[in-house]
Amino acid sequence: MKRIESVNEFVIRFANVNGTGSASANAMFAKSIFRMGIPVSPKNIFPSNIQGLPTWYEVRVSEKGYLGRRGGVDIAVSVNPQSMAQDIGDLNPGGYFIYDNTKPLDLRLHRDDVHLIGLPLTDICREEYTESRQRQLFKNVIYVGALAALIDIEFSVLKELVDEQFKGKEKLVASNIHALELGYQYALKNFECPIGVRLERRDAVGDKIIMEGNDALALGAVYGGATVVAWYPLTPSTSVVESFEKYAKRLRIDPGSGDRRYCVAQAEDELAAIGMVIGAGWNGARSFTASSGPGLSLMAEFLGLAYFAEVPAVLFDIQRAGPSTGMPTRTQQSDILAAAYASHGDTKHVLLIPSDPKECFEMSADSFDLADRLQTPVIVMSDLDLGMNDNMCDPLVWDEEREYDRGKVLSKEELENMSERYGRYLDVDGDGICYRTLPGTHPDKGAFFTRGTSRNEYAVYTEFGEAYVRNMERLAAKFETAKTLMPKPEIRRAKKPTSDGIIYYGSSNSASLEALDMLEADGLHLNAMRLRAFPFAQEVVDFIDQHERIVVIDQNRDAQMRKLLIIECEVDPKKLLSYTHYDGMPMTALGAASHIAKLFGSSNVTPLRKKKAGEKA
Amino acid sequence: MSYVRPAFRHPESKTNAEGFTRQDYEGALSTLCAGCGHDSVSSGIVDACFELGVWPHRVAKISGIGCSSKTPTYFLGKSHGFNSVHGRMPSVATGANMANGEMAYIGISGDGDSASIGLGQFGHVARRNLNMVYIVENNGCYGLTKGQDSATTDVGSKSKKGDPNPFEAIDLCAMALQLGATFVARSFSGDKEQLVPLIKAAMTHNGFAFIDVISPCVTFNNTPASSKGYEFVRDHIEATGKMDFVPVRSEITANYEPGFTKEITLHYGSVIHLYKDDKLDCTDRGSAMRAIQEHNDKGRILTGLLYVDPDSKDFHKVQQTVKQPLRDLDEEDLCPGARALNAINGSLR
Repeated sequence: MKRIESVNEFVIRFANVNGTGSASANAMFAKSIFRMGIPVSPKNIFPSNIQGLPTWYEVRVSEKGYLGRRGGVDIAVSVNPQSMAQDIGDLNPGGYFIYDNTKPLDLRLHRDDVHLIGLPLTDICREEYTESRQRQLFKNVIYVGALAALIDIEFSVLKELVDEQFKGKEKLVASNIHALELGYQYALKNFECPIGVRLERRDAVGDKIIMEGNDALALGAVYGGATVVAWYPLTPSTSVVESFEKYAKRLRIDPGSGDRRYCVAQAEDELAAIGMVIGAGWNGARSFTASSGPGLSLMAEFLGLAYFAEVPAVLFDIQRAGPSTGMPTRTQQSDILAAAYASHGDTKHVLLIPSDPKECFEMSADSFDLADRLQTPVIVMSDLDLGMNDNMCDPLVWDEEREYDRGKVLSKEELENMSERYGRYLDVDGDGICYRTLPGTHPDKGAFFTRGTSRNEYAVYTEFGEAYVRNMERLAAKFETAKTLMPKPEIRRAKKPTSDGIIYYGSSNSASLEALDMLEADGLHLNAMRLRAFPFAQEVVDFIDQHERIVVIDQNRDAQMRKLLIIECEVDPKKLLSYTHYDGMPMTALGAASHIAKLFGSSNVTPLRKKKAGEKA
Repeated sequence: MSYVRPAFRHPESKTNAEGFTRQDYEGALSTLCAGCGHDSVSSGIVDACFELGVWPHRVAKISGIGCSSKTPTYFLGKSHGFNSVHGRMPSVATGANMANGEMAYIGISGDGDSASIGLGQFGHVARRNLNMVYIVENNGCYGLTKGQDSATTDVGSKSKKGDPNPFEAIDLCAMALQLGATFVARSFSGDKEQLVPLIKAAMTHNGFAFIDVISPCVTFNNTPASSKGYEFVRDHIEATGKMDFVPVRSEITANYEPGFTKEITLHYGSVIHLYKDDKLDCTDRGSAMRAIQEHNDKGRILTGLLYVDPDSKDFHKVQQTVKQPLRDLDEEDLCPGARALNAINGSLR
């Protein structure tokens, strides 16, 4: 029988039951590989449920540094009878199926092209532990121990991780190491270790870090000076605010009084959350909320107000699969159009699109500067894949010289020395951005009325059509200014000249880069551009102009970014081809490569698997 | 409304303790209908601010949408104002207050804005005990869309359209009490003697101060069969014990009018004096709820101060925020710097 042989290049997938404590054991597994200097990318595939439903943890191990999903599974660790049929079915030929053989494997599930590795997990636990919760929890630690023997995880690394996790709780350290030993010894005794797929220590990680995108957004908000936070819990955005509070409790406490230099309100709904952010922004504090698609829909009216009344606000949209409740614990990039044009009337918003935690951190901090500078909402478009999975990236950097850009805000002195009449909506500098004043600044200068109704340059209510049009034209001019302040796209030229290219954004980055390498190896050379913001900078238009055919990669059904490019850059739609992947799982490099090859009429790349529902080219 | 406001002011206009004249608290000319109750409320706010001697620019006015929500333009012209979206004034006020707890916030809303589209936000701002004055100008109808019944229209009440309202009315004072508001009062736009001291007390209260002001709509809901018309309200009104408000800076002499028997000292030392009322204990939430219900059962409207918690802890206190307004904190206060970030990087490996 064929046996997959590989060192440091493989995919392993754990199948667990939600709520059984598998998450921390699985995370320890991934972290141990990272500590062995090998790039690793885990994806948590979880249900909208607290206990009982199937959950998976897919880990990509790649010495070459590929961090996206590859496609296919080489080792399956099956601890959930509910999903066993699917788990063995998804395994690549020659792969390894590790399962709990306390009960014999259902004969109908047998495959003669995969290697079965049975661990009597339930039996071991029954012998070792008396309490049922212990039996459940340690089962996970035992299979990690077995894997240490099977694929050569350094046992000392696992010990070190257990020490760190249970620092100061010696009893827990001992019992966890004991459980690891149980699995390790069983595997050593009963199987030829290691199996064909295994690890070898490398130095391929350098000073990289591994963290969740939501954690990085939160940290960026702490560094960027956010003080007011309002939110309503919504998967997958919840951990942004929870993480903000975690960091703020450490880093934002006044040393003298012990009081907080921040204020978090859990709002009654998303409407109130964005309302609070706008109230705080109007009053001069840096403020944000975090939400996902359903929250974005609810916030639409308020976003229009902030656009029209010109109030800074920051929203982190951690996108999930829509429409409606959709698949609430699965990933997508399907809020692009809803965010870009959120609200009725002629409304447009600034979007920032990070692709790894480092960029989440940077764009989070930048979003507050941009919101203040442009006096408008800034929406940071992350997604569940980037936000809730551990992603490897370069370490976070902060420039000590950096100062917050609070934008055009008149001080008391500036108002005092002003000889002309103050006009809140007067375009003094010709860039579409006017000077604002904060409540309470000056006893009798600079006060104005903020409203969502039309007004003239002096913030006086008017229904005079010419004044309304002047204001709308100025807002359009401000959006042109915004283009010059947006982060530039990242452009990557192919090794050989080509008139074909691809465009991708956000969490599609890793899989797209790997797909480009696969295509190049097969002789298909493509230039590539990663979008990082909306409105599109001139470089985006230039890249499209320079190419004859471009595939736009979207993780949504309707190719939303492609449409946004067509509308905003006035591109001939025929020029922009589309690859969409939207089954709720992060897209794979193999899937992208085969579909892109087909779109460019190259038959060199053969897909490893058949097209699945939710994928089209 | 008067069409043109005379610019002339008497050279010897009275000034308050801070040196402001009443004119310093006025706003733009009202565009509401002549005789609208809301204009009386605006004037009451001007009087209260003038008498209290607040600095106009240290007050922010926030409203939602509707006739009532237009009124912040018509008072405190030197203050910043924010006319936000329908029913969402409380969230905007909450954010503004979180950003800077040192200023005073007056929220103006109506019965459509607070009892229908904004009922959720009304309830939650009350239970958060945000430090603000929340005034509902309650006319029992939608004026700006020409007279539809609202959620505070009493059962059987008839507006200009003539059909009796079949649905139960929401009593915002009862709701505010139930949801934890720490200052609750009801008044009538036609009774400035009662309204002005109530607004003064509300502005001095440290926490959520709610005043439901019955403010008749002269155009659409001032019929003899309307329970929110001038005539009906005047005939059915009943005040809790008369009250007086003594700001902290005033010298408190022993010369109270006879009958004042209860004193409530507010957060910053101001005092509310109340005539004794056997039925209502204004520091007892349950007593206030019972009094509202009893009067309602008899078809009477109970006005005046209904409840106050002088020991109220506002949202900032609960949240343990620093004394300095959050908006005034700078990089030095807020940014943990590169060294802390390096330590965090270290913990992520």
